[in-house]
Amino acid sequence: MDLRRPNRPVIGPKVRQVGFITPDSGSATASTSIPAVAAAATAAGSPPSSLSPVMIPPPRHPSTEMSNPHYHPIGSYNPSEQILGSPPALSPSRSSRFDADGSDFGGDDDESVALSGVGGGMTPKSSLLMRQPVTKTAPPVSETTKRDSNVSKGKAAGPSAAPKEKLTRAERRAAQEAQRAAKAAAKEAAAAGGAPSVSKQPKPATKPTNQQKKDGASGSGPLQPLAPSGSIEKKQGKKEVAAPHPRMQFDDMTKVGKLKKRAVVNQSEARNRVELFRHLPQYEHGTQLPDLESKFFQLDPIHPSVYQVGLQFLSDKISGGNARCIAMLLAFKEVIQDYTTPPEKTLTRDLGAKVGSCVSFLIECRPLSVSMGNAIRFLKNRISSLPHNLSDKEAKSRLQSDIDRFINEKIIIASKAIVEHGVSKIRDGDVLLTYGSPSVVESIFAYAHGIKKNFRVVVVDSRPKHEGQGLLRRLVERGIHCTYTHINAVSYVMHEVTRVFLGASSVLSNGTVYSRVGTACVAMVAHAFRVPVLVCCEAYKFHERVQLDSICSNELGDPDAISKVSGRKDLNYLDGWAQNENLQLLNLKYDATPSDYVSVLVTEQGMLPPTSVPVIIREYGIERLWT
Amino acid sequence: MWWRSASFIRDRQNQNPNPNPKPSSLLHSALDDPPSPTSTSMAALNPNPNPNPISAYYQTRAEHHAVVTSDWLAQSVEAAAGDVAASVGAAAGASKAEGGGVGVIEEFNYWRKKPDLAEAVAAIMALGAVIRSSEATTMNELDIELKKASNNLKSWDTTSISLSAACDLFIRYVTRTSALEYEDFDAAKRRLIERAEKFGEISLKARKTIAMLSQDFISDGCTILVHGYSRVVLEVLKMAASDKKLFRVLCTEGRPDRTGLRFSKELAALGIPVKLLIDSAVAYAMDEVDMVFVGADGVVESGGIINMMGTYQVALVAHSMNKPVYVAAESFKFARLYPLDQKDLEPALRPIEFGVPIPSGVEVETSARDYTPPQYLTLLFTDLGVLTPSVVSDELIQLYV
Repeated sequence: MDLRRPNRPVIGPKVRQVGFITPDSGSATASTSIPAVAAAATAAGSPPSSLSPVMIPPPRHPSTEMSNPHYHPIGSYNPSEQILGSPPALSPSRSSRFDADGSDFGGDDDESVALSGVGGGMTPKSSLLMRQPVTKTAPPVSETTKRDSNVSKGKAAGPSAAPKEKLTRAERRAAQEAQRAAKAAAKEAAAAGGAPSVSKQPKPATKPTNQQKKDGASGSGPLQPLAPSGSIEKKQGKKEVAAPHPRMQFDDMTKVGKLKKRAVVNQSEARNRVELFRHLPQYEHGTQLPDLESKFFQLDPIHPSVYQVGLQFLSDKISGGNARCIAMLLAFKEVIQDYTTPPEKTLTRDLGAKVGSCVSFLIECRPLSVSMGNAIRFLKNRISSLPHNLSDKEAKSRLQSDIDRFINEKIIIASKAIVEHGVSKIRDGDVLLTYGSPSVVESIFAYAHGIKKNFRVVVVDSRPKHEGQGLLRRLVERGIHCTYTHINAVSYVMHEVTRVFLGASSVLSNGTVYSRVGTACVAMVAHAFRVPVLVCCEAYKFHERVQLDSICSNELGDPDAISKVSGRKDLNYLDGWAQNENLQLLNLKYDATPSDYVSVLVTEQGMLPPTSVPVIIREYGIERLWT
Repeated sequence: MWWRSASFIRDRQNQNPNPNPKPSSLLHSALDDPPSPTSTSMAALNPNPNPNPISAYYQTRAEHHAVVTSDWLAQSVEAAAGDVAASVGAAAGASKAEGGGVGVIEEFNYWRKKPDLAEAVAAIMALGAVIRSSEATTMNELDIELKKASNNLKSWDTTSISLSAACDLFIRYVTRTSALEYEDFDAAKRRLIERAEKFGEISLKARKTIAMLSQDFISDGCTILVHGYSRVVLEVLKMAASDKKLFRVLCTEGRPDRTGLRFSKELAALGIPVKLLIDSAVAYAMDEVDMVFVGADGVVESGGIINMMGTYQVALVAHSMNKPVYVAAESFKFARLYPLDQKDLEPALRPIEFGVPIPSGVEVETSARDYTPPQYLTLLFTDLGVLTPSVVSDELIQLYV
């Protein structure tokens, strides 16, 4: 067996306690908690076969350890306390590790508040917090979405608030029943008195439930103050654990209005958006570019390199998670290079704000990907952790080398490691399928071909971007035998495929793979055909958010792209129909693949099951990087 | 030349004019190529090059379980012994570092002779002895010596998962400490020896620990299906029987080496009611089974297990009938492998006797083990505790990354 992961020094002992072990609570409780018989048995050093299964092994303590030298506690391969020479009470137990994590997450929230100030932030939010502002201050929201959000709010509030409720469930239900009965009575009275039209009848029927849900949510008091209004949040100190910022919801008209006033890029919104996706931004494409170009000489605060990268994002010149992330980081490097601290300001604060404004400009051009969000989080972390006594020059060079290291270690070297792991799963005679144009998968294929593996590739592509064609061209140029097909035929080609290699935009902590739209379809078909699905993804794209569907967080593309077919002038049925109110075009960019359909995640840390994402985030997340 | 589907490998085999006795050799030709003249230099390093296609993995199992089906075993043991003798002679003239490598094999063989000791524990003990008897003067030398010894052990049997996993885990566990850099060499070495002994002790105790942990899962009146001969499972059942629990065991026959027969004999000696099934009766008997208990040759990173041929189908049947499948395995069997499908393993081959001559032109599948994916397993009983399959990867990440 080869060591697939590079050796790393492990700093501290990790104590894992499982089985019957009681928590370390000192010698006093130890002596009382052990059954006398068992204690006698262990003290006598009798063979372990006499251990009764209900016996609770004594807690690790020097005195008990010494009294029975034959006793060994159940546990992971931990360097024992006496070997490391520290008393067991001080050894970092699992609980204290969680504490450390908790404070880390707190700090992370601070960061993200600063980051996502304008909108489209990348931080994890509970659906409750996302929805709350919508229901509160959104008069123009249609009835259905309102109801929908209320329902979800009620559902989310229920379990989380349950422990705090003084009322028992039965009591609450009784109260609700009474309310409902009262409403029904009122309705009947109204029906008897007035003459309501038939069409209005469903409305009162849904109203009471709505009302109850709302009551339930407001009754669950402790959650209410968490719903933040912007001003309160800004007043809170940076070091405090701030409430998570709600993600920008684009169906909230007042918020959108505020955003427009601040916006640099002048965008007009597309008119007919699909009901379910109204919370996502969708702009009419092709209008922003000329406008931005004309503003070039007025845009004072935006650095030209950031401006350039933003334009490239806007016009889709740069796409793909790694490419976008690298372009952004290089632009930030130039920003830092040209930065001088204004008088009476400190570098750590002012540069952080400056980077923040650059980020919000980039968000206006195109929403950030998770990988970019992680990179920004890393950079802000580095900026804020700079020592205050550094000169400008030193601080700048340090930040620039940090960025270089991030690009090098987290992206370039990581993808090389992934290539090595991925190639080990390609056998001679394999038929490999890939979808779209993932850069890591391309280098896996290239490397496997370079070491004379005998395999064939099926490139599956889809409208409207046809990214697969670029991949196909590069693979064929290398002399790899390829088949090209569209996603419509994926169920037809799948039976001859032996491995499916997919890329990912990000991997979320429940194992969900968030990737180019269509990936979920390919993965599901592969799963149905019992073909192993390998998702290749660098660990810096992992995120602690949990996502169950592709609706809550997604990106909408240009609707024109799907209504027009290039090269087919005769297919003009939809010309001029974009303004028709009965037509809604949906061009989604991403989808979420449930972890059930993923056989293995190939990362630079090795090959992992999708259930291990939280472990990697916990142990080697962005926050833990070079701290 | 490209074929319509991956089955062309099999097609090509069938068309092969020079019939190869080993069916999967095209896939893994590097592994079980017969020793060619060029590999004689390798033989000096590897004390046990397999002269026949039967893997050392199977030989060891057969020795431990006292299953002797034919004279192939005696022959291979003879061949192996002769090789060890030859390599000892060769190493006597070689450098001192080489001597350390052979020493570990001798030590290993000494421990291996103990009837109740797993091969992997023997390897752990042997590696501990290497540290103790080492004449290295720097940490780096000791590290190199240890690595060499572990490579030697691994090459003794390349197909055994638990052996290589235990060697890797030992090295990771023993050398993983930051305090080493701040001390003088003697203190550091003492610390290493201490940890090696602790690791050895944990491994020795592992079976008892597992048996203790799994008692809660065996209740009065339950029926347990076991497959194959596993000493851990035997220990679990033994402890349950000594606790006066009343339960019934269904044993599969375990063709072709009849491991189930031997297992049922042991259980009957303990006074546990046993019923023997032929391997193909698993689905028939499953509706009266309350749980399935199996051992493992190796636990892989996905949380699945590699075990004796037939475990996968037992797990599949149990899964489809919603019966829990419990795996008893010591933590030194956790290996950094990630098989994607059945053919993604290093094959361990074994002889199969059908009792009648096999018609000419008929191939025989001689793999000795299969891979059971994690979704068919309910829980793993290890000396680290009772784990769900996904925690295996967690443990491995914490130890390796």
